Amino acid sequence: MAQLDLRKKLSVLADAAKYDASCSSSGTGKRNSIGGKGIGSTEGMGICHAYTPDGRCVSLLKILLTNFCIYDCAYCINRVSSNVQRARFSVQEVVDLTLNFYRRNYIEGLFLSSGIIQSGDYTMEQLVLVAKSLRLDHDFRGYIHLKLIPEADPRLVEEAGLYADRLSANIEVPREEALTRLAPQKDLAVIKKAMGQVRLKVEAAKPQKKDRIKPPKFAPGGQSTQLIVGADGAPDTEILDRSASLYGGYGLRRVYYSAFSPIPDSSAALPLSKPPLMREHRLYQADWLMRFYGFSAPEIGEATTGGMLDLAVDPKLAWALNRRELFPVNVNTADREALLRVPGLGVKSVDRMISVRRYRTLRLEDVARLCRGIDKVRPFITALDWTPGGLTDAVDLRARLTPTVEPVQMSLF
Amino acid sequence: MRVAVLASETDFDGWRLAARAFRLAGVAPGEARFVVGEDLQGGLFDAAAGEGESALPDKARPLRVPQAFVDMAHDVVLHRTPDRFDLLYRILWRLQAERDLMRVRSDRDVSDAMDRQRNVSRASHKMKAFVRFRQAFDEEGECWVAWFEPAHRVLARTAPFFANRFTTMRWSILTPDGSCFWDGKAMSFGPPAQASDAPQEDEIEEFWKTYYASTFNPARLKTKTMQGEMPKRYWKNLPEAALIPELVAASAVRTETMVGTPHSEPNARLAKAIFRHNRDGAFEEGFSPSNLDELRHGVQACRRCPLWRDATQGVCGEGPPRAKLMIVGEQPGDHEDLAGRPFVGPAGQLLNDAFREAGIDRDEAFVTNAVKHFKHEPRGKRRLHRTPTTSEVTACRWWLDHERALVRPKVVLTLGSTATLGVLGRKVTVTRERGMPIPLTDGSHALVTVHPAYLLRLPDEAARRREHAVFIQDLKRVRQLL
Repeated sequence: MAQLDLRKKLSVLADAAKYDASCSSSGTGKRNSIGGKGIGSTEGMGICHAYTPDGRCVSLLKILLTNFCIYDCAYCINRVSSNVQRARFSVQEVVDLTLNFYRRNYIEGLFLSSGIIQSGDYTMEQLVLVAKSLRLDHDFRGYIHLKLIPEADPRLVEEAGLYADRLSANIEVPREEALTRLAPQKDLAVIKKAMGQVRLKVEAAKPQKKDRIKPPKFAPGGQSTQLIVGADGAPDTEILDRSASLYGGYGLRRVYYSAFSPIPDSSAALPLSKPPLMREHRLYQADWLMRFYGFSAPEIGEATTGGMLDLAVDPKLAWALNRRELFPVNVNTADREALLRVPGLGVKSVDRMISVRRYRTLRLEDVARLCRGIDKVRPFITALDWTPGGLTDAVDLRARLTPTVEPVQMSLF
Repeated sequence: MRVAVLASETDFDGWRLAARAFRLAGVAPGEARFVVGEDLQGGLFDAAAGEGESALPDKARPLRVPQAFVDMAHDVVLHRTPDRFDLLYRILWRLQAERDLMRVRSDRDVSDAMDRQRNVSRASHKMKAFVRFRQAFDEEGECWVAWFEPAHRVLARTAPFFANRFTTMRWSILTPDGSCFWDGKAMSFGPPAQASDAPQEDEIEEFWKTYYASTFNPARLKTKTMQGEMPKRYWKNLPEAALIPELVAASAVRTETMVGTPHSEPNARLAKAIFRHNRDGAFEEGFSPSNLDELRHGVQACRRCPLWRDATQGVCGEGPPRAKLMIVGEQPGDHEDLAGRPFVGPAGQLLNDAFREAGIDRDEAFVTNAVKHFKHEPRGKRRLHRTPTTSEVTACRWWLDHERALVRPKVVLTLGSTATLGVLGRKVTVTRERGMPIPLTDGSHALVTVHPAYLLRLPDEAARRREHAVFIQDLKRVRQLL
């Protein structure tokens, strides 16, 4: 094969990596390059350096080391039976690209993934080499996210955690049955074992009070995974149950939901259609409710139809419309947990309200200034000068709170 | 009307001195004005602020404001709205009577000021994101120069970020408000600049644009989200933004073509590789393990009950393959599930100590569980242990029976009622049957005792000591039977 020039390779290997929803560069500790020989810093919160017209941010140089792959996962553009153009970066090329982009302030760091070539061990070794060279040869202190090859030797996973801020292994297909059908060589048990190993290592690396010498850092940004939505027929409730089990079992920082998107040269096993973007959005909202609002997966499931989240209204509003006996909530006396369950009130708004009400009794107008929009909130609260009367139980409440243009949802099944 | 003239648009100290003087002189918010004018500096300032009294306020006279106000004011001063100084003065004025004002975020003035503070910090954040350095060379060698137009006057506030990140580079950031320079050791500031003062190109930019275009998925067009996060005001200085119109225009056609193109035949040469890499067959009906390795392998593929779904892995027994003593616990816990080994958590630790106390070498025992997969319920970031049901224990007996048949222990010590159910196949009351050898069909004996987790959970010290003694007694009986 003719040698591809570097820019062409970049276009092939960035294109192939764009289906991974994660691009976050947050969650790791603070670092800077003062006193070092290289460049780079992390602030804890990631920085998005650009946004593409698909609304997603560019925070990291997200590329594959290679899109050659010995696996044949139907949903993946890089599966062995796909006819896409193939390319492979050398370790040095990835290191140079990362540093060149970073110096110009285009990116926060590198997110490196790869098709499986030769073997899991060999592939993982190559990924680790890139991170190792950035950290050791160039004293690079920016963000590094490495994709885990789950079947790789645990020793390599351990090494990856020394250099990377975050590790991730994608589950992709929420249903085990579908996984065997769509991704015959992927094994959920192997992925879970790798995640379990990462959790144990992350915990072992947390310094204890009695430790005199801090243990070496291990993936301080934790681990994440991705579930593809709309490729295997799994309803939202099943997806959320899977997420709850992943958060609890492996201490994941994030579960990413990626609406199954048509890919060029797609497999006959999957029908082509527009990606279910609204469904993806609702799943992120539901996920948020589980992580920051104290909702459990079954509670969110209460307000679904046939296991699917309501596309017209957000999951918290859907839940509240279903549980109207719990409302209205008095914004001047209710506890934090109850306020967090009011549609339209976020964690920040609630915390501000609680702090303000020590000095003032809240009127509706005050609440309006503390949250993003009062319309959704009004039927579910009482304030000093406001009571919703029969509004909370109004038959047409749902219609009143639903945006006039109903989103049209395409579905694959 | 009293007028204070400030040295620059971001002259916080000047504003503070003037505002302090105004407040002490009792100048009401509507009567005070703050204007910026460099040529008016000097004598006018005194005349305007003082009018007979000293412009510098008397340090002895108290004017106290909360730290939160000072912090906020530092940011609000950087906002581009002309009335920002007046707004701050109004809050300063009110603070003397309303001590808690800063905590009342719902107040009109406070929320207005905090909105501006948020705009400023957003502008600073966007500066961290959207500055694009271009490579240049001067007499000292390589240097990096950026032209940037911040939404608010955040250059000095944001510059330390770049010094921390690009410590070993020499860089300058030029803006219409002023310039900042870093020479590798120290930061300095200069006058406003123009776009033409910065280099106009950089060879890596083409690579960056290639990346930007390739990482965009045409099937997911969401231009509103993009603009919300990357407002148009920044586009003209972002090299990649020039691509946006054509990417948007082509997206519909690209998606149509992608969806409309029929499936092509798989690449035969590459497809062959699949078959070489197929994994070992899973556990099937009619499988019967002939050794412990096969058993371990089989458990990983077990679907006899639904517990495998949320567990990480099946956890089999561990120990000498011909041990005289087999210890059966309930099920793997959180730690065991991740590590894939039985009794590595706190209960395992207690068991080790108790065995030592009873004079039995735990390394000579085979340790396993009645149920091989961890049964739990996710609760936020934790997994709560749940007791397996009779049907789950019964389903898993198939494996425990095989394990017993392969190890052929003389004594089987069961810890707690679930373990006993797994061995005997019937429910027992542990307190009633503990410590008495129960003959099993294969000629060995079962001995029932409590689960060590029970000892760990006892709340009061006396009960714990008493129960511990009985537990040790049970273990000593085990030693007699061996």
